[in-house]
Amino acid sequence: MAERAPAAADQAERVPLGAALREHLREIGIPRVLIGVFLLLLFGVAVATKMDIPSLLTDCLLRIGRNGILVLALLPAIQGGIGLNFGLPLGIICGLLGCVITLNASVGGWAWFWLATALGVAFAIPVGLAYGWLLNRTRGQEMMIGTYLGFSIVSGMSIFWIMAPFHNPELVWAIGGKGLRTTLTLGNTFDRLLDRLGEFKLAGVTIPTGTLAVFAGLCILVELFFRTRAGVTISAARSNPRFARACGISDSRTRVQATVLTTVLAAIGIVVFCQSYSFVQLYTAPLYMAFPVVASLLIGGASVSRATLTHVVVGTVLFQSILTVALPVTSQVVAGDFSETARLIIQNGMILYALTRRADR
Amino acid sequence: MSGTHTSGSAPAATPPAAAPPPAPKPAARPRPSLAGIGVPLLFALLCVFGAWVAHLTPEFLLREMLSRFARNAVIVLSLLIPVLAGLGLNFGIVLGAMAGQVAVIFVTYWKIGGIAGFALAAALAVPIAILFGLGTGALFNRSKGREMVTGLIAGFFSNGLYQLLFLFAVGSVIPWHAQNMLLPQGYGLRNTVDLIGIQYALDDLIKVHVTLEGSPVRVPVVTFVFIALVCAFNLFFQRTRLGQELRAMGQDPHVAATAGIPVDRNRLIATVLSTVFAAWGQLFFLQNLGTLNTYSSHDQVGIFAIAALLVSGATVSRATVGQALTGTLLFHALFVISPLAGKALAGDAQIGEYFRVFVAYAVIAVALVLHAWRKK
Repeated sequence: MAERAPAAADQAERVPLGAALREHLREIGIPRVLIGVFLLLLFGVAVATKMDIPSLLTDCLLRIGRNGILVLALLPAIQGGIGLNFGLPLGIICGLLGCVITLNASVGGWAWFWLATALGVAFAIPVGLAYGWLLNRTRGQEMMIGTYLGFSIVSGMSIFWIMAPFHNPELVWAIGGKGLRTTLTLGNTFDRLLDRLGEFKLAGVTIPTGTLAVFAGLCILVELFFRTRAGVTISAARSNPRFARACGISDSRTRVQATVLTTVLAAIGIVVFCQSYSFVQLYTAPLYMAFPVVASLLIGGASVSRATLTHVVVGTVLFQSILTVALPVTSQVVAGDFSETARLIIQNGMILYALTRRADR
Repeated sequence: MSGTHTSGSAPAATPPAAAPPPAPKPAARPRPSLAGIGVPLLFALLCVFGAWVAHLTPEFLLREMLSRFARNAVIVLSLLIPVLAGLGLNFGIVLGAMAGQVAVIFVTYWKIGGIAGFALAAALAVPIAILFGLGTGALFNRSKGREMVTGLIAGFFSNGLYQLLFLFAVGSVIPWHAQNMLLPQGYGLRNTVDLIGIQYALDDLIKVHVTLEGSPVRVPVVTFVFIALVCAFNLFFQRTRLGQELRAMGQDPHVAATAGIPVDRNRLIATVLSTVFAAWGQLFFLQNLGTLNTYSSHDQVGIFAIAALLVSGATVSRATVGQALTGTLLFHALFVISPLAGKALAGDAQIGEYFRVFVAYAVIAVALVLHAWRKK
């Protein structure tokens, strides 16, 4: 309701190159310049202190692939007019549930990956429907409700992880034989499945081809979807609900569709994350997961009411690179983990900036 | 397209020009709604049930609740003024707690103990909290309609700055002559700061101990007096001109603005007041506890205070002094009881721990949903 800019902003995408360039320059803005400079600075220090640059880049690529789909998951929410989806943990929990159930059944290898994803998606669809229904009835407070719904579900699921009847000795605590461990190991037979698929070395940098390809593939799918009739309907209902209603589009419906889509993508995203990370983290691990993901998208140039695929990719690359590089580089200069503090400031500063931007209201 | 711009939601809310400025009506007593009674009743039942399964004695509960109530009441009360002003639940009180912690760290550094140290910390916290409150208030004014999420993120953000200050700047950039407070690396404060100097400074100003189950229990009389003063201030404040203006803003900011109420300025004042009270609340908390977890004492302040307020049946747009007090009692009773009940029921205290965290989050989530739902 409070968004007026998007209708105009969407049109800007289809204007000639010169104007588009100016639009992009305007959009880069101070925060992104600062963050870009910070990243360059980090790499500068890395070069100056003769660190292993190829291995730094390898880690960056790994993390970009690992987190990319989660960032992408935010895109449909913004397109659908829900805003920044701080309720991402809802989808994440669905994906984790898929992972845990398949691991409990001792499924391994590729079968594990596909089954976990399929189960995650199967859980995410009803969850997304319910979440979308709730958000339709609580318009204007989507971000706050998403945040606390996420918090509640994650802490409620903590009780579930303890109580649920999982008995696979690989997963439950050795003492007592009950309750899932906080971190499940994927074991070296099938961890990093996607990462290792078609992995190759380029100038000393290892490219996790599979994960990056899946990220790219899903990006293209989402982009294509938003060009189909259903996708266009979703963005049209967001940018002008009244006009859409006049055309027979109910924005309540499209908002639910968008919510299902982000929840499903979050579920897929966490399975890909887990395989690349080689661990499934349960209990409080997903509690704050939405915030760095949201910050990634915003660093890419998105606002509370507008985001594009470019924002997703640029933001993931910038923020994940900073997160990867900051720890080893700053530890060369300062003792103690400065990167965590830097992450808190950059991440939340970015979200605050987006929330308080006047142009956005 | 431009047609929809003029028929957006904002202009619809402005009253006809001829509308007389709304003389703020005398405070109508809030009618007890279903949520207003049902929610606290539910939690009271939960507490009673938990206490029953864990075989807790009333003496044990009384002993726990005396100190917990004294510790937490002021910080819960600090939430009332922003609710009155229509700012919703002030998640930015985390910044107030930080202001209190900064003050207490300096007082410890100067080695000023006893009630003098506590008084100095309370005085020192005020300018810092005012500064933080102005900052948060300015952010709130730039993000109308989403103050709560802004306050939440502002808390996270300032946590980063707080870490930058105390984990890295202190002892390296800022000279710090108390080596025993620093980490072994020579800079950065230790994870805990011992507040032995000011522990019980206020609680024991007038020493009253009663004997329960054969052991003495501290009754923090002076702290209770201060809590009463904060309650009285809140009640009095609602009757002042500013308080009435805030109430009018809470009911309808557009009407309030047309009536000539300086909405933005008043919102700033409300945020500053809330932040100052939160700083004092954190000081009350710390002087009772006696140790400061430098990097985590403030972490959960916002969530627990807000959940405590909501447990009483208060809402995002209406909360009373009485609700703040009953909420503090109920929530912290649940806090004591649930791990013990979890242990008695399932043989695992961890379940109770998770349960109380879940309750805190879920209460807030449900309150937010109800609030947004009703507004429709």
